[in-house]
Amino acid sequence: MAEFSTPTTEQEFDANFAQIKPLMSNTEALYESSRCLFCFDAPCIKACPSGIDIPQFIRQINTGNPTGAAKTIYEANYFGNACGKVCPTEVLCEGACVYNLNEQKPIEIGRLQSHATRKVIDSGHKLFGPGPANGRKVAVIGAGPAGISAACELRALGYEVDVFEARAQPSGLTLYGVAPYKITNAETLAEMDYLEQQFGYRVRYNQRISRREELQALEDTYDAIFLGIGLGATNALLLPGEERQNCVGAVEFIEQLRIGHQQVQVGKKVVVLGGGNTAMDAASESARMGAQDVVLAYRRGKDEMGAYEFEYDLAKAVGVKGLFNVAPVEIVGNGKVEGVRFIRTATVDGQVQAVPGSEFVEPCDMVIKATGQAKQTGFLHLIPGLQLDGKGRIVADARTGQTSNPKYFASGDALNGGAEVVNAAAEAKQTARGIHAFLSGN
Amino acid sequence: MPDLSINFAGIKSPNPFWLASAPPTNSGYQVMKAFDAGWGGAVWKTLGVPVVNVSSRYGGVNYRDKRLIGFNNIELISDRPLADNLREIEEVKKRFPHHAVIASLMVQSRQEWHDIVRDVTNAGADGIELNFGCPHGMCERGMGSAVGQEPEVLRTIVEWVMEVARIPVIVKLTPNISDVTEPARAARAGGADAISLINTIQSIVGVDLDLFAPYPIVDGKGTNGGYCGPAVKPIALNMVKNCAQDPDVRLPISGIGGIENWRDAVEHILLGASSVQVCTAAMHFGFGIIREMTAGLEQYMTEKGFHTIYDFVGKALPNVKHWEDLNLKYKVTASINEDKCIGCQLCYTACEDGAHQAIRLQEGTRTPAIIEENCVGCNLCSLVCPVEQCITMERTDDGTQHRTWKERTAADDIPVTFNDERAGGLHHWVPAPAAALGKERHKTLPGKARALGSPQDAVASKATDVLSAS
Ligand SMILES: Cc1cc2nc3c(=O)[nH]c(=O)nc-3n(C[C@H](O)[C@H](O)[C@H](O)COP(=O)(O)OP(=O)(O)OC[C@H]3O[C@@H](n4cnc5c(N)ncnc54)[C@H](O)[C@@H]3O)c2cc1C
Ligand SMILES: Cc1cc2nc3c(=O)[nH]c(=O)nc-3n(C[C@H](O)[C@H](O)[C@H](O)COP(=O)(O)O)c2cc1C
Ligand code: SF4
Ligand code: SF4
Ligand code: SF4
Repeated sequence: MAEFSTPTTEQEFDANFAQIKPLMSNTEALYESSRCLFCFDAPCIKACPSGIDIPQFIRQINTGNPTGAAKTIYEANYFGNACGKVCPTEVLCEGACVYNLNEQKPIEIGRLQSHATRKVIDSGHKLFGPGPANGRKVAVIGAGPAGISAACELRALGYEVDVFEARAQPSGLTLYGVAPYKITNAETLAEMDYLEQQFGYRVRYNQRISRREELQALEDTYDAIFLGIGLGATNALLLPGEERQNCVGAVEFIEQLRIGHQQVQVGKKVVVLGGGNTAMDAASESARMGAQDVVLAYRRGKDEMGAYEFEYDLAKAVGVKGLFNVAPVEIVGNGKVEGVRFIRTATVDGQVQAVPGSEFVEPCDMVIKATGQAKQTGFLHLIPGLQLDGKGRIVADARTGQTSNPKYFASGDALNGGAEVVNAAAEAKQTARGIHAFLSGN
Repeated sequence: MPDLSINFAGIKSPNPFWLASAPPTNSGYQVMKAFDAGWGGAVWKTLGVPVVNVSSRYGGVNYRDKRLIGFNNIELISDRPLADNLREIEEVKKRFPHHAVIASLMVQSRQEWHDIVRDVTNAGADGIELNFGCPHGMCERGMGSAVGQEPEVLRTIVEWVMEVARIPVIVKLTPNISDVTEPARAARAGGADAISLINTIQSIVGVDLDLFAPYPIVDGKGTNGGYCGPAVKPIALNMVKNCAQDPDVRLPISGIGGIENWRDAVEHILLGASSVQVCTAAMHFGFGIIREMTAGLEQYMTEKGFHTIYDFVGKALPNVKHWEDLNLKYKVTASINEDKCIGCQLCYTACEDGAHQAIRLQEGTRTPAIIEENCVGCNLCSLVCPVEQCITMERTDDGTQHRTWKERTAADDIPVTFNDERAGGLHHWVPAPAAALGKERHKTLPGKARALGSPQDAVASKATDVLSAS
């Protein structure tokens, strides 16, 4: 039995994808902020990759200074509003809150953070602006969390900044990847507008940089180039039948979903391949789109999944069923997907091994491959002297983000191999400082 | 089943809980409803020449998300005609003959006092309370606290009242005075049967930051009001104690101020009150709170084996001493229960910044440790710790010695010069002043991002030590 009927209108879509961290009212924010203990050397701050001064901003909310709270947040993290909604707070700030140790509910830091930042975004009140122009120019490739954060910080430091973005809208996977029940498109874009209005960087949309000549032009025109290109398409499975209709990559499916909402169609029975957070998202999303059965198939045991526990719980809560210790061997069907042939697996000495003769076909009419995103190695190889590590990640100085080609700097998924929005935002801010140090010679 | 009933200076009541003279006792309707709910008595909203009130009358003090931990008002006495009140008093008494109805009064001339005392007596009131406490409005007209602050005037008026009073007379005292026992003694000298305290404390409850006017705001302006509610209990308790311990007062005391539950009531009683009055709590939560109050009081009395209220009226008084009589040899030391500690480190900052630098952080755990030699036993850490019973104050002297300041004075063993060897803090360890600079200072400042400084800082300076910036 499907718990969700297929949404046909925007309202129905919104209802199926109701925000799991809805906006706090003033009253709720007052009550919640009142609980914060104002810990010394607060563990929540240490657990936040962007090091937001959490007790400070919570205290500011509590004393009726939401603008000051927003400023505290944005000083550390330009994606303050988005992060409050999309961060896996259970394993970050909220997971570190001392209340957990007393078996009490931790402070809802994420929602408080979004509350304060949303207020200032709605008010349009400007907190920051570009610094005095220093005559230097930086090109930013990619308008995702990394690219936009770097652009903001560089503008604050006085640089002229041009952002080149392949897609039609900013914020990268925040808009095109994160599950719709975590943040709405409108919320994401409101924060992007707010930042752009304050800092005044230029974004060239629908401008994928993909040729050596384009890079050359950037190198000639700009003093430094920031790479915030994220990751690429879903990895291919290299299995027979993968080309069949309705066998799609998770990031591609989710991107369609974020843009098309109720216009996207899912199968009646969906098999999602993978055990990471993206697999959980794709499974949850399929269920919320009205799929009657959603099966999450993973090569190893349940406990070995890479996904956060709460993400799996979220999927289970909407009726997703787990199928563990199975490996796909073929996508079966006749033009269209009709099922996945699996073989059972056993983990022997940490190695996944197929159990001979255990093959079976799980019937379905849609397959979503959540088997990881490829790196953009093809593009990166166009940059002279740019070193990548064995996993295709850009190699850069941990403190400055400078790559092996001194003109290029990098942050975000392209550097860390795929983490969270907050990591990209925090790294990019630091890298912008690295660019500044490099260009101003200190 | 303990007996909750009282006989307060001749006023009988099924339990010691009375509504104080205030809006909850403004009408017969409210008083009947309160009696029906379980209140033992009610002091009627002060009667006199009816007044005209302003609109916008109350202000509140909120603490974080807690509403009305303090409350203030600029209301005057009853604005209803005396005849209506008298008729309603009569009706209430008919329906509730065993409950206490006390008429609160405030008038000016001797004749007016005589008239109104007779009127309320004829209406059936069980007692009279003289309102010498209202600290706003009425005092500008020479009544209320203007009387309560002048013991001589107070005494004269009490005498006028006693000339005609045939029912018990309670004098309600104002706390807006440096020594509350003075008017209490004057009340006794004038012949009063009992005292009640405290009335409200003159206050400005807050200032509107946009309108630049004090709350409550009346058309852009405000005035001082009278403060009450949970925040005033400590002041009330001290004044009740002062009157109860004064050998020249020796009158039954009705305790008022910040009473909201059975515990507050028991505290007033332990310090000498034999009836208690409640205003703000009834205004905040309604008459229903009485059920918790009586149930709690009953439970307490049962557990303690008290049969009547009088078994514990004033029971804490022998333990309220002058400072000079306290044992200087007694010593407690803070002790942290590691199993309960959640690592907020509030105790650390509190002791570090606000006490005696007797708590240190430890490597590898967020649980701080007490430096026992430095701990003076001030209690601060145990008061700030958010976990129940996590920091306890343990007795560390051997309990055999007893020496008070008084005894030391008599023995000529007290510090008398500025650098006297006998000073208490002389041998306490205190860090050198310069040790304050840099010491974990970044930790009281924000996390990583702020360590980066705001972009403006980066442009403006090349400060390498970003931690010492800002
Ligand atoms: C399905 C999914 C769900 C996720 N859910 C969460 C979540 O709930 N919470 C969370 O915190 N994180 C989540 N993440 C991770 C998070 O979205 C990323 O870590 C973050 O967006 C990385 O930011 P980035 O700027 O490095 O890259 P991206 O967000 O990928 O942005 C890169 C941008 O660069 C552009 N670009 C790429 N190449 C070029 C080029 N050659 N020329 C021009 N433009 C280019 C892209 O179009 C894109 O806009 C999720 C990721 C996925 C895939
Ligand atoms: C709105 C208001 C009006 C009051 N009016 C009177 C009054 O008319 N006569 C009086 O004796 N006390 C008056 N008081 C004082 C209360 O009776 C009581 O002494 C005081 O509020 C302290 O008790 P509490 O802390 O329980 O509120 C008033 C208090 C309030 C809040
Ligand atoms: S750990 Fe929790 S209680 Fe302590 S400062 Fe952070 S949010 Fe507040
Ligand atoms: S205040 Fe209490 S809970 Fe917090 S660190 Fe100190 S002992 Fe632990
Ligand atoms: S009792 Fe006072 S001096 Fe002792 S550790 Fe606690 S706060 Fe410090």
